[in-house]
Parts: sequence; structure tokens; C-alpha cells
Amino acid sequence: MGGDDDGPPLRAGGVMVTVERVWEALAEIPDPEIPAVSLIDLGVVRTVAVDGDRVRVEFTPTFLGCPAVEVMRKQMVETIRELGAEPEVEVAPGGWSSDRITAEGRRKLRESGFAPPALREAGPVTLVQIQTAVHSCPYCGSEDTRLDNLFGPTQCRSIRYCASCRQPFEQFKTI
Amino acid sequence: MNAQELLSLADDELILGWRNSEWTGIAPFLEEDVAFSSIAQTEIGHARAWYELTAKEVGGEADSLAFDRRPDEYRCAPFVELRFVPDWAQTIARHWLYETADTIRIQALMHSDDPEIAGLAEKIDREEAYHRMHADMWADRLREEARFQQAVDELWPYALGVLEPEQRDRLSEVVGREPVVPVERGEHTEELTPLWEEMTMVRRSVPGASW
Repeated sequence: MGGDDDGPPLRAGGVMVTVERVWEALAEIPDPEIPAVSLIDLGVVRTVAVDGDRVRVEFTPTFLGCPAVEVMRKQMVETIRELGAEPEVEVAPGGWSSDRITAEGRRKLRESGFAPPALREAGPVTLVQIQTAVHSCPYCGSEDTRLDNLFGPTQCRSIRYCASCRQPFEQFKTI
Repeated sequence: MNAQELLSLADDELILGWRNSEWTGIAPFLEEDVAFSSIAQTEIGHARAWYELTAKEVGGEADSLAFDRRPDEYRCAPFVELRFVPDWAQTIARHWLYETADTIRIQALMHSDDPEIAGLAEKIDREEAYHRMHADMWADRLREEARFQQAVDELWPYALGVLEPEQRDRLSEVVGREPVVPVERGEHTEELTPLWEEMTMVRRSVPGASW
């Protein structure tokens, strides 16, 4: 009585999920707190493994107490489901470092008004390193900036002040 | 490191994080409001990480270790229980003494035979570097102030009680004070129960609530 054919349905997406496809899809997910950068730009994703229709992702939040962890996890789970795969998203052992932010991520941070972090030296950061590191103002480019507050609106940011254009700005912490 | 020692560490960070958060909105100026709120959030994040590790060993989950015990079952040092709002001199004295003691403890854990503990300690140490810088800047600024010195004197026996006996000489050396009889972990101050009542209120009134 009419109707369409009785062929089998395509799997969602129609093709097998590949590791490359997962990385590309994760690169579209904005960071919950700084949407200008993606989770890939930020370097929080450690590993992606594909086994048939199962995709396992390991990630590390920037700070242990980062409240965005669960949001990140949910976004990755949804993205992988949209690819037609079964997600398994876990926090990886080992810590994140600001050195994991990609070159592209650093460029995007600056474009959205954040000074990117200085590269990390051996061991934990010291006040001397923070006070002597040169951070140019993301608004006017002047290097005449100083640390205003070690702490900022989220755990990963400090506040600096530009003496040239008299504008406070946020700087991603070096950790 | 056994589960009790892990719990001591986690409870210290949770309770101190709670005390630090009491400055949110009422610190003497905006920068410190932001600083203490952020430090509180980091400390509670560290508590969560230690509770998660403890839960792997003893079963259960991090939240129930944090919130479902009775006050007398907590392992925190009396030092972190003391409530100082609105006294800024005492607050900074504890902040500086605690961060100094905590550095000794965390750096020792970085050499733990257990790779999970060592790895977590290394990550925590890098985050704590910001707390240390903040505490040291304040201690330098207030060093000559009588109120600050008096607060350090009063709190010194409590600060020693945060550490294991073999780590206390090192703290005396860094702080520049003679060892005294410490206020040991095990007994609680009267200030823990009111904190606990507030901290666990939602969980006790609506068991299993999530938001």
C-alpha cells in the first residue's frame, strides 16, 4: 500500500566514527567559562580512543576545583552521541598545566581580552616570576602592565592593570 | 598513607575552605573578597580530590565522606575550625601559618610511594603556589604590626598541630618560632558543630538532593 522501501536504516551519521572526527567535533565545544576558546585550544582533552561505536575520551580540568568540569563532561558526551557513538568521558589522572594551551588557544585568548599565561618554569610558579614576566596589554599592546590581584573571577585567572591605557585586564594563570 | 591520614588532609582543606568562604562579600576590600573566595574554591576542590581518593580505598563516594559524618568523626585539626570573621589580623595569621605548614605536608607527599598520591600532591602544590604567594605578601606587609604578631603567637600551637610530629621542626624553622606544645588533631573546638550544622543543612534536610 505505498510507503517507502523496507531497506535498513543508516546508522546515525552514516559512517564509522574515527579518532580524527572526534577531535574535530571536540574542537567545536567552547570552554564554559571562556567561550572564545575550545576545549581543544585549552588542552584539557588528553586522549581519544575509538573502539567500534564506543568512544573513550580522557580529560583533565584546569584546576582540581574547577566548577566547569561537569559542564565540560556533559558537552563532550552530547557531542559524541551526535556523532552516533557511545561516549565514555572520564577525568584522566595527572594534572593540567597552562603550557597545554595551544598556540591557537593563546591567540584566541588575546583576541578576547585575556593575556595568555607565561610559559612554566621548573617547579611551582613564584612571585618573582609573576612580577618580572612581561605581559602586554591585550587592548593597547603596551608592556607597561602590573599585577593587580593574583586572584580573579575564576580559579584560572589573575587581574593585571595597564598603566598606559588604564584598563584592567585578565590574565590566564601560569600553573 | 592510610585512609585516616587522607581524611585528615581532606577535612582540613574542606573546613578551612569553608572558613575562607565566610569572607565572601564582606572582606575589607574588593581584591581580598575575590582572593579569599577564590582560595576557598581551590581548597574545597583539593578536599574533593582527596575525598575521591579516600573513597576508592574505603568505598562510598566523596560527597558522603564530606557531608554524611557526624562532627566527632571529622579528622580536621582544631586550627582550621576557628572562626575569625570579622578579625582580619587573625585571618591573615592563620592563612600564612596554614599555607606554610601545608607546603611542608604537600611537598612531603610529592615523594609518596603511591603514584596517585604523589601525582595529586604535585598538581595541588602548583595550585597552592598562588595561596603561598598571597599569604607571604600579607605576612611581609603586616610583620611589624602588633595585632598580627599577637595573632601569630596565639595561633602558633594550633599551627603545629596540623603537621605530623616529624614535620614540626621544619615549620618552626620556616616560621622562626620555638616549638611549643601543639594543639593536636583528635579533639574538636566548640566551633566545629555550628559550622557542620550549616554546611550539612541541605543534605540532612533533603537526603539525596541534587542541583
